[in-house]
Amino acid sequence: MRYARRSTFHALIWLSTASIAWSDDRLSGGDTTVFVTNDKAFARPLANISRLTRRQHTVGNSFFNQNWVASPSSTTSRDGLGHLFNARSCSACHVRDGRAEPPQKGEISLGLVMRISLPGRLETGGPVPDPAYGLQLSERALPGLKPEGHVQVRYEEVGGTYTDGEPFSLRRPIYDIVDLGAGPLSPDTKFSPRVAPAVHGLGLLAAVDDETLRAQADPNDLDGDGISGKVNMVWDYEGKKLVTGRFGWKANQPSLRQQTAGAFVGDLGITSPLFPNENHTTSYAELHKFVSMPDDEQPELTAKILQRVTAYLQTLAPPARRDVSDPAVRQGQRLFAAMKCASCHTPELKTGDFHQLAELRNQTIRPYTDLLLHDMGAGLADGREDFEASGQEWRTPPLWGIGLQERVNGHTTLLHDGRARNLTEAILWHGGEAENSRERFLNSTREERSALLSFLESL
Amino acid sequence: MKRTSLPLVIALAVALVSCKQGESGSNDQAGANGKALVNDQAVTEAEVVEHYAKLVSATYTDAFAYAKTMQGAVNAFLAEPTAELMQKARDSWTAARLPYLQTEVFRFYEGPIDDEDGPEGLLNAWPMDEAYIDYVEGNAGSGVVNNAAEFPNIDAALIESLNEKDGEANISCGYHAIEFLLWGQDFSAEGPGDRPFTDYTTADNADRRGDYLRAVTNLVVEKLEGLVAEWVPEKDNYRGEFLKLPTSKALEKIMTGMSMLSGFEMAAERLNVAYDTQAQEDEHSCFSDTTHNDMIYDLVGIHNVWTGSYKDLSGPGLQVLAQGLKPELAGQLGSKIEDSVAAAKAIPVPFDQAILGEDDAPGRKAILHTIETLEEQAKLLVAMAGEMGFGVPISEEEG
Repeated sequence: MRYARRSTFHALIWLSTASIAWSDDRLSGGDTTVFVTNDKAFARPLANISRLTRRQHTVGNSFFNQNWVASPSSTTSRDGLGHLFNARSCSACHVRDGRAEPPQKGEISLGLVMRISLPGRLETGGPVPDPAYGLQLSERALPGLKPEGHVQVRYEEVGGTYTDGEPFSLRRPIYDIVDLGAGPLSPDTKFSPRVAPAVHGLGLLAAVDDETLRAQADPNDLDGDGISGKVNMVWDYEGKKLVTGRFGWKANQPSLRQQTAGAFVGDLGITSPLFPNENHTTSYAELHKFVSMPDDEQPELTAKILQRVTAYLQTLAPPARRDVSDPAVRQGQRLFAAMKCASCHTPELKTGDFHQLAELRNQTIRPYTDLLLHDMGAGLADGREDFEASGQEWRTPPLWGIGLQERVNGHTTLLHDGRARNLTEAILWHGGEAENSRERFLNSTREERSALLSFLESL
Repeated sequence: MKRTSLPLVIALAVALVSCKQGESGSNDQAGANGKALVNDQAVTEAEVVEHYAKLVSATYTDAFAYAKTMQGAVNAFLAEPTAELMQKARDSWTAARLPYLQTEVFRFYEGPIDDEDGPEGLLNAWPMDEAYIDYVEGNAGSGVVNNAAEFPNIDAALIESLNEKDGEANISCGYHAIEFLLWGQDFSAEGPGDRPFTDYTTADNADRRGDYLRAVTNLVVEKLEGLVAEWVPEKDNYRGEFLKLPTSKALEKIMTGMSMLSGFEMAAERLNVAYDTQAQEDEHSCFSDTTHNDMIYDLVGIHNVWTGSYKDLSGPGLQVLAQGLKPELAGQLGSKIEDSVAAAKAIPVPFDQAILGEDDAPGRKAILHTIETLEEQAKLLVAMAGEMGFGVPISEEEG
C-alpha cells in the first residue's frame, strides 16, 4: 500500500511538470483516444461514444464481423454473398479491424485485391472497366461457379546500401494472373494490387473539413519544396457530382458510406441502395450461366444496415501513443520532422464543427496524414489512373497505430501491396516527392535510423 | 500493485463478517481460516471455484445426454422416415438445446469450448449457410447434399473439414444445421419451417440428405463428449488445470463468462441487433422458431452460476462470495439476474414477430427492457469483479 501511494505521488509530480508538453501527444484521436495495446487495439469504439451511437456501433460490428451467406437463406438480412466475391465478411480481410497482408505462395489471396481497368476514363472521371471482368478480379465464387481468376505474387530481391555502408534488400513484387474464367485479359489492362488497410480512426478523418485538405494542397508546388499534395476529385454516386476524395489507397472514395457500399459490392458481391448492380459483368454471368438478381429485387444490404456498418467504421477509435517520453522516441520525432517526413505525414489535424456525430467534432487529431495525393516515384507506381490520381500518385496513408500492427495482425508488412516487410523497407520504397526524405534516411546514422523507427513504433 | 488481490479483499471482508459473527457469539474461528461466512456457512473461494467446476461438468454431461437422446431419435427417424418420427426428432432437438444453452456461460474465457481448437464454431455457429447444405427456395440443386460429384461420401469428417477453412468457413454444421435439416426454411409468419418427411424418402438425394443429418448429429454428440471429458473430475484435463489456477484467476474466468454473455453476446449481438434491424429471421433458431429459448436459457445459465445450482445439483455459487464481499452490490446483482431471466421470459413468442412494429409495440418494449436489464447486469458484474480485484470485459473488443 505504501509503495502504491508513493508511486502515485511521484506520478502526480511528474505529470505536473515535465509531462505537460508531451502529454497531449499521446492523444492520437483527441477525446476519442483509447488506451489499449493488445490485439484489440484497433477494435475499440471511440472513448467518448454516446450510449445510442454505441448501440449502432455494436450492430455495425455484427455485420462487419459475421460471415455473409449465399442467397436465398433464412437469415435474409445476412444473405446475398456473391455470386463472385473476394471474401465472406469485412473482417476476413480487415482482421480485428487491422491490416491484411499479401498472399503467400500457393494461397488464394484474402486481403489483397487486384483492381483492373482499361486505358481512358469514364464520364464520371473513374477508370474504365474490363468488358468481362469489370474493375476487380474476384477470386472466389459460390459453390459450382468459377471465380474470375487468381492473383499470384512472387518477389525479386533488390539490393542497396546506406551511406554508412550497411546493406539492405527490398522485395519487388511480380504478379501473375492465373485461372482466368473468361479468357485472357487485354494486353492494355492496367493493374493495381491493393491490400486491405486498417480501419480505425476513419470517422475522424471523415470529419476533417474539405477546406483543411485544400489548405494543405499545393498541386503545382508553388512553394518549391518539391512536395505537391493534390486533392483527388471523385464521383459521388448519391450526389451525382465530383467531390473531394479521401479514402482508399488513391483517395478514390469521398465518404465512409460510399467506401463501405463500394467494398460490399466489390469485395463481397453484396448490392446496396448505392450500388444496386452486382459486381460481375453480364458477359461473365452469361458465359457461366448464372442469373444475377432481378432489377426489381431489394438491394441485399438494406439502407439501415449500410448506415450501421458505416457508423461502426466512423466510431472505431485510434489508439493512444506509447513511450512518448522515451529519449530515442523523442529524437526520432525530431528526425521525422527534420527529414521532412512530416511534410506529407502531417502530425496534427483538426476536425470540423459539422460532422453528424458530435463525438467526432472539434478534435485535435494526430493521424500523420494530409489525406492528399503525392507522386511516389516509379518504384511504387501501379501505372493505373484513378480519377485525378496518376499512375505514380498515392494518398498519404495515416500512421496512427502503425506500431501496434504486429500485435493486432501478427505481421509487419506495409504499403499498398504489402511489399515492405517492415517499417524500414516502407521508408526505403519512398520515391518521387519523397526522394529527398529517403536520401536523408539513407544518409543518416544507424543510431538515427533506430531512433526514427522507435518514434514510428510509438505511434 | 494496481489491483488489490482477491484473497486480501476476502480476508478484509471476512474480518468484518467474522467480527460481527464473533459479537453474536458464533463461529469466529472461520474468519481466522480465511472463510467467508454467509448464512452461518463457511465458504472459501476455492470451494466456490470447485463447485463451479462441478456445475460445468453437470451441465455438459446433461447436454451430452440429451444430445445422445436426440441422436437416437434422429437415427430412429432415418431408419423409418415418417412424419411422426420426424416430429419426435424435432422435439428431441428442442429438448437438447435447453441444457446446451445453459453451457454458453462457460464461453469467452478460452476454456475447452472456445480456446484455440475449441468446438464452439462446430456446435453453435450462425448464421447458417443453408444453401451450402441442401436445396433452398429458388435453388433446387444447391448444397453438398445435392452434389454427389464433388462430395461422393458424406460423413462427420467431411463436414468438419468444410467448416474449418480458416476465417472463410461455410457454416454448415452444429445444432442449427440439424435444425435446418429437420425443419427446413421458415417462410411462415406464424409457425416454423415445415420440411416434409418425404425429403428423406422419395425426394431427390433423400439418402444423401439422411447421411448429412446423421453425420452432423454424430459430430455434435462427438464434440459434446469431448467437452464432458475436459470437465469430469480427473486431474489430466482442463478441470485439473482450472482448479490449479490461483482462485482469483479462476473467478476472473467465471465472471468473464457471465459478463461477456450478458453484455456482448445477449444484449448486443443477439437482442440489440435483431431489435435494431427488425430483420425477421435475424435470429438464431429461425427454422424451428425457438429463438425465445436461446434468450431465456442462456440467461438461466448465468443464474445457475450465480446460485450454484443446476437441476439436482446445488452448492456454493458466486453469490456466496459476493455477499460476503459487498452485500449491497451482491443484492443488486442478484435481483438483476432474476430480472433478466424474467424479462427474457416476457418477450412474446415467436421472437421474429416480437421485433416487428413500432417501438411501443409490446414485443419491442419487452425486448428493449431485456436489453437494458442486461446492460445494467453487465455493469454490475464489472463492478463486482472490481470489488474482487480484477476487471472483466463486456464487449468482444475488450476481451
